[in-house]
Amino acid sequence: MDDFIYRALFAGLAVALLTGPLGCLIIWRRMAYFGDTLAHSALLGVALSIMWSIHPVLGVALLGLVIAISLVWLQRYRDLASDTMLGILAHTSLGLGLVVIAILQSRGMRIDLNAYLFGDILALSQNELWLIFASVLALIPVVAWLWRPMIAIAVHEDLARVEGIPVLKIRLIFMLLMAIVVAVAMKVTGVLLITALLIIPAAAARKFSRSPEQMAAIAVLLGMSAVVLGMYSSLQWDTPTGPSIVVAAALLFFVSRVRKKN
Amino acid sequence: MTEQLIAVEKASLTFSGRLVLENVDLQVNRGEIVTIIGPNGAGKSCLVKGLLGLIRFNQGKISKLKNLKTAYVPQKLHIDETMPLSVSRFLKMVPAAKSAKITEVLQEVQLHTLEQAAVQDLSGGELQRLLLARVILQAPDLVVLDEPAQGVDVIGQQDLYQLIASIRDRYHCGILMVSHDLHLVMEATDRVLCLNRHICCTGHPDAISQHPEYLSLFGEAMDGFAVYTHHHDHEHDSHGNVVPLGSGCQHWNETSGCGQTACSSAEKKDG
Repeated sequence: MDDFIYRALFAGLAVALLTGPLGCLIIWRRMAYFGDTLAHSALLGVALSIMWSIHPVLGVALLGLVIAISLVWLQRYRDLASDTMLGILAHTSLGLGLVVIAILQSRGMRIDLNAYLFGDILALSQNELWLIFASVLALIPVVAWLWRPMIAIAVHEDLARVEGIPVLKIRLIFMLLMAIVVAVAMKVTGVLLITALLIIPAAAARKFSRSPEQMAAIAVLLGMSAVVLGMYSSLQWDTPTGPSIVVAAALLFFVSRVRKKN
Repeated sequence: MTEQLIAVEKASLTFSGRLVLENVDLQVNRGEIVTIIGPNGAGKSCLVKGLLGLIRFNQGKISKLKNLKTAYVPQKLHIDETMPLSVSRFLKMVPAAKSAKITEVLQEVQLHTLEQAAVQDLSGGELQRLLLARVILQAPDLVVLDEPAQGVDVIGQQDLYQLIASIRDRYHCGILMVSHDLHLVMEATDRVLCLNRHICCTGHPDAISQHPEYLSLFGEAMDGFAVYTHHHDHEHDSHGNVVPLGSGCQHWNETSGCGQTACSSAEKKDG
């Protein structure tokens, strides 16, 4: 096998290590749509990064932080629900992202929109692989640190607050973490399919698990299986890699649903 | 020799221009069970949440024992089906809870056969006992329970209140309870606080049950009436303000503006 296949495979496996536990927390906190909003905004993050010549991972993560803070601010208005606010943020940033990219392209800049939308894992450079490894290594301790308070908040927010958990701070750190993971995982599946990588393996793991930790571990295993299966089928039938990984994850999910509840 | 755990003086709370609590004084001592009773919308949950620091009183001074350890049992605990959580894993969320101690406490609340069961499969009474087990593991100075017997049948309620009283006896903590089921709660209470936005009366349960304000607030409800009519030394107008006799509306609980859900709507939804 060629080097680029190994690089893609290792990148996918490393990202799955992170998206497993993170996906569980997203499911328990019902934040899938927030993840989607971050993903939609990522395109604008990329566009702005190109404009200001900063690293796209940095640009996407920073914009994700802006989105998270905007959401907390918008949630003070109680006449509209959270999902409405998220929809507004998601599509505003996606629309804005496409407009900015079109402007950049009209000025003669070459931007491969498809690579950002659907991922281009096979084109990963050695440096990009190192960046993914470093990010995953740095973020796993953060997930571990957030694990206990996030579960407490998912069980009952007021209870967590009475017991001394700084709920707002933890929530903000978690949203920031999600923004960074979206930025890192963008290369694997593209912005449109990142949420799939977060929630599908975790959702598939639910049926097989009896504790939160078990669910996270199974989600990691299923995510890794999806990466391997997806890459294999992509090479076999010459299909796009990111979407193939998502299809593989979805297959695993539907198989998990066929199993009888224990 | 009574040790005061928590107290609030002249607490007032306004929600979107409406007065929910007015000049409420409350104090809980160690070894004491204090019960707040009052009709729907009397501000019971708001008072408790204000004391816990979950909402902020507009006025009022809270004084707490230094390093007060508080355990809280919220009105509703709905654990989402999406999280796989067994009874014992739920209790392990209490920092420093050891497995041996968990088994022991589960025996105490008679849930030992359900140690591996999913919390989502518990009945209403079992869930409340699980929450009490959690309280015991926390070894608190003060326990705050918001309607602990909600959704539990009468026999179960009696057991639950006995369990609460035994927690006070064994662990020598102070207990603050919110309730609207009077008869059962009376036995397990040292002091009753009758709240209807302001404190109508307070004292020992036996004395309270003879108190005219208490009788006017709950006397008719006991006969199966759903709507209370107030006969106070004062009345409330349609905004719930205290006005002299004869100038207010006789039953402000009926007006939609006074039935309140302010405290629950003040909780933040997440994103």
